[in-house]
Order: sequence, then structure tokens, then C-alpha cells
Amino acid sequence: MLLKNNRQKVLGLFMLILLLAFFICISIVYGYTDTSWKVAWDAFQQNNGSNEHLVIETVRLPRALIAAAVGSSLAIAGVLMQTLTKNPLASPDIFGVNAGASFAVVIGVTLFSMGNFQAIAWIAFLGAAIATIGVYAIGSFGREGLTPMTITLAGAAVTALFSSFTQGILVLNESALEQVLFWLAGSVQGRKLDILTSVLPYLVVGWIGALLFASKMNVLSMGEDVAKGLGLRTGYIKIILGIIIILLSGGAVAVAGPIGFIGIVIPHITRWVVGIDHRWIIPYAGLLGSILLLIADVLARYIIMPQEVPVGVMTAIIGTPFFIYIARRGFNGK
Amino acid sequence: MHAIETKDLTLSYGDSIIIDQLNIEIPKGEITIFIGGNGCGKSTLLRSIARLLKPKLGAVLLEGKAISKMSTKEVAKQMAILPQSPNAPEGLTVLQLVKQGRFPYQSLLKQWTEEDEQKVNDALIATGIEDLKDRPVDSLSGGQRQRAWIAMTLAQDTDIILLDEPTTYLDMTHQIEILDLLFELNEKENRTIVMVLHDLNLACRYAHNIVAIKNRCIFSQGKPENVVTRDLVKCVFEMECEISKDPLFGTPLCIPYGRGRNIHKQAVGVNA
Repeated sequence: MLLKNNRQKVLGLFMLILLLAFFICISIVYGYTDTSWKVAWDAFQQNNGSNEHLVIETVRLPRALIAAAVGSSLAIAGVLMQTLTKNPLASPDIFGVNAGASFAVVIGVTLFSMGNFQAIAWIAFLGAAIATIGVYAIGSFGREGLTPMTITLAGAAVTALFSSFTQGILVLNESALEQVLFWLAGSVQGRKLDILTSVLPYLVVGWIGALLFASKMNVLSMGEDVAKGLGLRTGYIKIILGIIIILLSGGAVAVAGPIGFIGIVIPHITRWVVGIDHRWIIPYAGLLGSILLLIADVLARYIIMPQEVPVGVMTAIIGTPFFIYIARRGFNGK
Repeated sequence: MHAIETKDLTLSYGDSIIIDQLNIEIPKGEITIFIGGNGCGKSTLLRSIARLLKPKLGAVLLEGKAISKMSTKEVAKQMAILPQSPNAPEGLTVLQLVKQGRFPYQSLLKQWTEEDEQKVNDALIATGIEDLKDRPVDSLSGGQRQRAWIAMTLAQDTDIILLDEPTTYLDMTHQIEILDLLFELNEKENRTIVMVLHDLNLACRYAHNIVAIKNRCIFSQGKPENVVTRDLVKCVFEMECEISKDPLFGTPLCIPYGRGRNIHKQAVGVNA
């Protein structure tokens, strides 16, 4: 644990909020179109309709806010999944929730030509829910019930299933391919602000819900029997956490496609920083998730300039070594 | 009134019946110990009394009230359960663990109070682990860890404490230490203690009331000196033994037959 006492943790929280604001500014100011801090400032104060001001207002600002919202949603969803399954590898991408939501969105966009963003968000929730229930059901199959091993295997199976379905649809429907390809790789670029605002209420419900249930998650992490003995209604809490996971990952996928690794990397970093109390983990994970995705998105603009790498590829580059590290530490974290 | 009663309690895992229409009364302010062979259902019974397992039929009554009709937090204020070999999350400190015992008293509106703090401190002192309170639970020895868990159940401030094999994996010294601690809690604070124990001789020493379980039912129940006999051990554990008296405590002492080195016989052999 990096931060030892509550004073350090409160201080750290303020630092992270400042850091988040700083990286939002960085994301607004730096990119292919050459702008400066002054130009960005003017764009908000007295927008003169110039190309730079337009880029800042309609491209960079939505992009920064979307990255922040999506990053924190995926990170918090990852925390909830790891606590719920007691599995250090649990996260929306590894356990198929993102794949399920993506498949549902691809179906909606290609087969039903959905354009309304509310509808896309709802179909993403539906896909995320089906994948979550599927992983839980397949993982609970068999004599021993839900173990870290069976749920990881179930997650891999569901991810593979939905990914191949998605690919199948795209192969059969080439015009759709172009429409969704960049989105499918995970990206926060080229989205308007109203896409975010239509999903934001669900994300906010998820964030606040996660905060409200933080102390109950602490009790749940002591094990099912102990938690029940202490008077926690474990069945009901698990369903609520499941719904929050679906809102956060489904919402994030609807906006930005299936961005991987934030959901697995951030919870571990967060626990290393603040320990195991969810009342600290949730806000820290949310802020760290935002910051990591903002950094990845800014880097994605510069790696093969003037072209851009999808941010999902960036998070994968950062996340894969980390994933291997977690997997090697073993399921029990010993 | 009894602390706990069961009414025609039937428990099952899937289709296999573990406990069949069991009626039991657990006296207030005493130590009750469940004994029985492996897989006889004694842990299952304890789990069901603690509402960790829903009965197939019948009911568990806590101070005369059906447990299924009470809110689970209300139950948690009257009865604490320490499951078998519980697992604390990696890095959880002793203090954090013991504080969780106050969970039934917390709500969104009612946060941490003076009283909570006091109960946690009392629990740490009663179990003698106040010096360890900032240590991670996973860094403690087996005996210390079990004390920390017991401290959590004490912080819960309940009249009844249930424990499922609280001495498993402990060496002899720590087994006695834990049982002495529970005995003291019963003597000084008059708490009702119900536990599952494998060691028949220790059960006889510490229990006021022993419950022998066999074939999904209660075989017999009562003071150890009245119920623990050769016949009971033969029926419940399917083992031949002699019952002697514990030379220190006078409680029943079970000495099993079987093979092994016999110094008496060797001595006879030499003389002949």
C-alpha cells in the first residue's frame, strides 16, 4: 500500500482530481491540428469559428470528456467484477462483457440500421447483460460450482463466441465493416458530445451506485459465509453489483467500443496505492481509469502521426505485459 | 426460553437429505458442542442454524422467533457465526477485520460511533490481540489469526456465538488457547456458545451440553459425563473404546482401541 493513512489518501484524491483536469487540458490542446493553450482558452471564451477553434470545440473537447468517462467506467466495472468473483483476472474485457455488448451493437447497427444513440446504448446494455448472465451460468456449471478457474474459462469461451459472431456479421456485410471497424477496435475519437450525454446518466448511476455499495463490497470480500453471518444480503448485493457492471461496461462500449485492459490493470494499481477498502478503491479507480485512458488517447495521436492508432490498441500495448504479470502471480495473489 | 430451537428441521444438498426432521433445544448461557463422524451433518446443522443454509423444511427459532421471518441484520445483532477456516482478503489488517463485526449496526445514515469504537477495542482486548491490530491478518500465525476472527465475532456484540471447528489446523497449544478463550467468554460474559468440534475429549472437557449426531438425527444430548459412553462412541463414531476419567478434570476421556505399540503387552512378553 502506497498511501498509509487517511490524510495521505484524501490528499492523493485531490492530487488525482488536479491530474485529471490537467490531462483533460492536454487532450484538448495537443494533437494533429496545431493548437496552443491560448488558442484553446480563446475557443471557450470567444469562439471565432476558425478551424482551430472548431476542432477544439467539436472534436477535442468531446474526445477528452468521453475518454475520461469511459476510462473511469471500465475501471470501476473491473473493480466490481474482481470483488464479485474473487478473481484477479476479472474485468469486462476478459470475461466477455465487452464482447457481448459489442456484438449487440454491431447487430443493431448493421442489421437494424440503428442510428438513435439511446437505442444503441440500450442494445449495448442488453448484450452486456446476456454475456454477464452467460458467463455466470456457464461458470457455475458442474459439481464444484463457480470457481476462479471455471469463471475464467467461461469468460474466455463467451468472449470467443461473441467475437466470432461479430466477425461473421462483418464478413457477410462489408459495408457495415467500414462503419464499425474503428469503433470495434476501441476508440474515443470522432464522437460528438451528445453521444456522451445520452449515455452519461447511466454511467453516473453506475458510479454513484458503486460508491454507495463500497462498504458492502468490503463485507462481501470477506467471503460469502462471513458476509451472510454479518447480516449482508449477499444475493441481493450481487444482483445490484451485476446491474452496475452492466450499466458501466455496456455504456462504455456503446460510446467507445470495447476498450480493453483498463478494467483489469486499474483495479490492481489502485489496490497497490490505497489498499483494500472499497470506499477508497472506487473513487481512486475511477480517477486513475480516466487518467490512463486520457494518456493512452493522447499517445495514440502521436505514435504514427499523421495517422492515429485506435486507443484500444494503445491500452493493449500498455496492458498486456501487466496482464501476464497478474496471471503469473496466480489466482490467489500469493 | 432456549437460545435456539429447531422445529422439524430438514436439510438437504440437492436430493440427498443431510438432516431429517430434527428437533433440538440449545440452552442459554452454556457451551454446546456438536460431535459426530465425518459427513454426519453437524457442520450443515450449524450452518443452517446460522441461516447460511436454507432449510428444506422446518424452522430455526432464535429466542422463540422464526429466523426466516427476521431481518438478517437483526439476526446478526443476536447471533454471530465464525465459519470453518474463513479467508480474509490479502492485506486486510486485524483492526479492519474486527471493525467488520460492527457491520450489522451500520447504515447509510448511521456511521461509525463511539460505541462501535468501544466494542472493537473490547474485542481486541478480550482476545489479547490489541498489539497486533495493525498487522495484516495473512501475516499472523494460525492461532493469532483465529483469535482475530473470534474478535470480529465478539465485536458483533451478540449473546450467541456459533463456531464451525474453530480449532482445525491449530496445534495443541493453540487449540487449548482458543477453547480457553471461548470458555472464559462463556463464564465471564455468559454468552451462549455453540460449536462443532472433532476432538471428543476436548469436547467433553469444555461442553456443558454435548449433542451427538448420527444418521441425520440426534443420537443423544446432555452433559458429557451422562451421555458419553462406550455405546455412544461405538454407535456414533463406529469405534471401540474405553471411557475413562480425565485425571485432571474428571470429565470423560475416550481411549480408542486399535493397533499401535503396546508397552503393556511387551512388558508381559519379557516377563514370560
